[in-house]
Amino acid sequence: MTSTPIGTTPGRADQATRVQMYEQMVHIRSFEKRVLALFHQGLVPATSHLSTGMEAIAVGVAANLRPGDSTLCTYRGHAHVLARGSSMEAMFAELIGRATGLLGGKGGSMHLASAEHGALGSYAIVGAHIPIAAGVAWSAQYRNTDQVVACFFGDGATNIGAFHEGLNLAAVWKLPVVFVCENNRYMEYTPIGSVTAVAHPAADRARAYGLEPVLIDGNDADVVFTAAAEACSRARAGDGPTLIEAETYRHFGHSNSDPAKYRPEAEVEEWLERDPITIYRSRLLAEGLDESVLTQIDVSADDAVEQAASAALAAPVPTVDEIEKNVWADGSGSWRS
Amino acid sequence: MAELTYRQAIAAGIAQEMGRDPSVVLLGEDVGAAAGVFKTYSGLYKQFGPTRVRDTPISEEAIVGAAIGAAMTGLRPVADIMFADFLATCWDMVANQAAKTRYMLDGQVTLPLVIVTGNGGGLRFGAQHSQSLENWAMAVPGLKVVAPSTPADAFGLLAASIRDPDPVLFFGHKALYAVKASVPDGEHVEALGRAVIRREGKDVTLLALAAMVPRALAAAEVLAEHGIDATVVDLRTLVPLDTATIFEAVSRTGVAFTVEENPRLLGWGAEIASLIAEECFEALDAPVVRITAPHVPLPAAGVLEDSAIPSVERICATVLERCA
Repeated sequence: MTSTPIGTTPGRADQATRVQMYEQMVHIRSFEKRVLALFHQGLVPATSHLSTGMEAIAVGVAANLRPGDSTLCTYRGHAHVLARGSSMEAMFAELIGRATGLLGGKGGSMHLASAEHGALGSYAIVGAHIPIAAGVAWSAQYRNTDQVVACFFGDGATNIGAFHEGLNLAAVWKLPVVFVCENNRYMEYTPIGSVTAVAHPAADRARAYGLEPVLIDGNDADVVFTAAAEACSRARAGDGPTLIEAETYRHFGHSNSDPAKYRPEAEVEEWLERDPITIYRSRLLAEGLDESVLTQIDVSADDAVEQAASAALAAPVPTVDEIEKNVWADGSGSWRS
Repeated sequence: MAELTYRQAIAAGIAQEMGRDPSVVLLGEDVGAAAGVFKTYSGLYKQFGPTRVRDTPISEEAIVGAAIGAAMTGLRPVADIMFADFLATCWDMVANQAAKTRYMLDGQVTLPLVIVTGNGGGLRFGAQHSQSLENWAMAVPGLKVVAPSTPADAFGLLAASIRDPDPVLFFGHKALYAVKASVPDGEHVEALGRAVIRREGKDVTLLALAAMVPRALAAAEVLAEHGIDATVVDLRTLVPLDTATIFEAVSRTGVAFTVEENPRLLGWGAEIASLIAEECFEALDAPVVRITAPHVPLPAAGVLEDSAIPSVERICATVLERCA
């Protein structure tokens, strides 16, 4: 899997990009499938939060990002960190607490980051990264770059104060941020509609920040790509932030410990029918792409995931002297001089 | 040497750093043309302009959050939180994000940011605009904590905080803003993590911070009239903590008092008393005594607030009682 940005003008992705988006979705799906298996084996401690069913949003946006652009996401962040090109092996290793983990075992499942790929963190306090993303964008603006920041959050985050503060600041300062609300209909175990004053938790609030509402099908990678392309162009041109609400659904519960029994069966069925990978595969085939290309992608994704997981499982656990390292920029953890 | 007020020294420290490093930026409520509600940023907007000195909405989470994001990507933001009490509205950004991000990411990013805030009482602002909150910050791994007592230190420690590669909470003291004293000419930078002995005495050691330093010094003069010769240590930074200077001073006198503006429970003096007990117990001739505010929200009326915050009289009375 690569994170090579493909130069495209706003609109439809070119064919190479579309195949790459398919490939990334398949990799993410396969990765998370393996994460769940590792969790059931007791190897992923605590929990993890899968984005299975929501992959089109991550890849559709990431396909518009360039080196130097930043991504900030939530604890449901495997897809976003992978979509920027982070190492699967290092991600597996982090999830199972190994020394070779992306964060040396210090962050765990909810904080995956790969700064070298622009993945500037997964944030586990709901909404906290919305103002932080504004700050990253402020820096890009201040440094006179055309860098953009993609900031992903769930529907639940639209009801926390940091959302309002971050959106307002980004709008007032015309910051180059693409805010993407992944509306998967449930804030943890509660239907978002039952705790939110508006029907579309992000889109219906866009005008409060002087922004146009953008409500899209988050399960269609082409649709996401197009919306993100427009938003990125605006941001790069200095025209400020965009708030996209992408409607989607998670195939599993809030976390691995949640069987998600609170969701009506018919609703689950309906959304499983709208699986973003199935939809995209069918479309590419219908357009004449040779099935062997896609099958090859499917097989090599599973191989790559298996190889990465095996390598992570073979890696050593961290040494305990790591505990006091990297609190401070000098690498130490000392609180006395 | 120039004479500056503490508030002018804050502006001068920032101006020095903005002048030498274009990545230094200032943001906060009313910090631009208004120069801050306490006029601690006078001249900066005029000198450095609106892109480097940015007014924000009343959005403390956005102020600190934006500082975090900017710091992660190459800037050195100075974020103003008008009253330290308002840190409670953005404590997630301070304690969960700024303090922990570098560690959780195992060093992938650094966060060279400073939060400058107006701390402390004495101005009759009441319980939500007068607190001394250094101990909140001291309790969170990943934050450096600075609280100067003089204009020279306000200047030099703020410059050092801006140059420091880690998140620093810089607690300016509101009751000291009008204090005027000399500040070294030319470039001035102090080191973080160095306490200073403001007065040498052989009988007792008073460990003080920020506005309690001048009170401890005044108390020392009164105590001298009673035949008690006091050392006064100005801690200056709580993290990193200069335990060497503390232990050395305490060891010389064998008797130590902390003078703390914060309410009683878990003020910084509790940690220092514990460290002294653990690491230089043999040097002690008496238990460490903490002089603090009572464990109450700070009241507004003058007579009540003055009674709550350790006064010169209370410091002297406590020392005299213990040394009787």
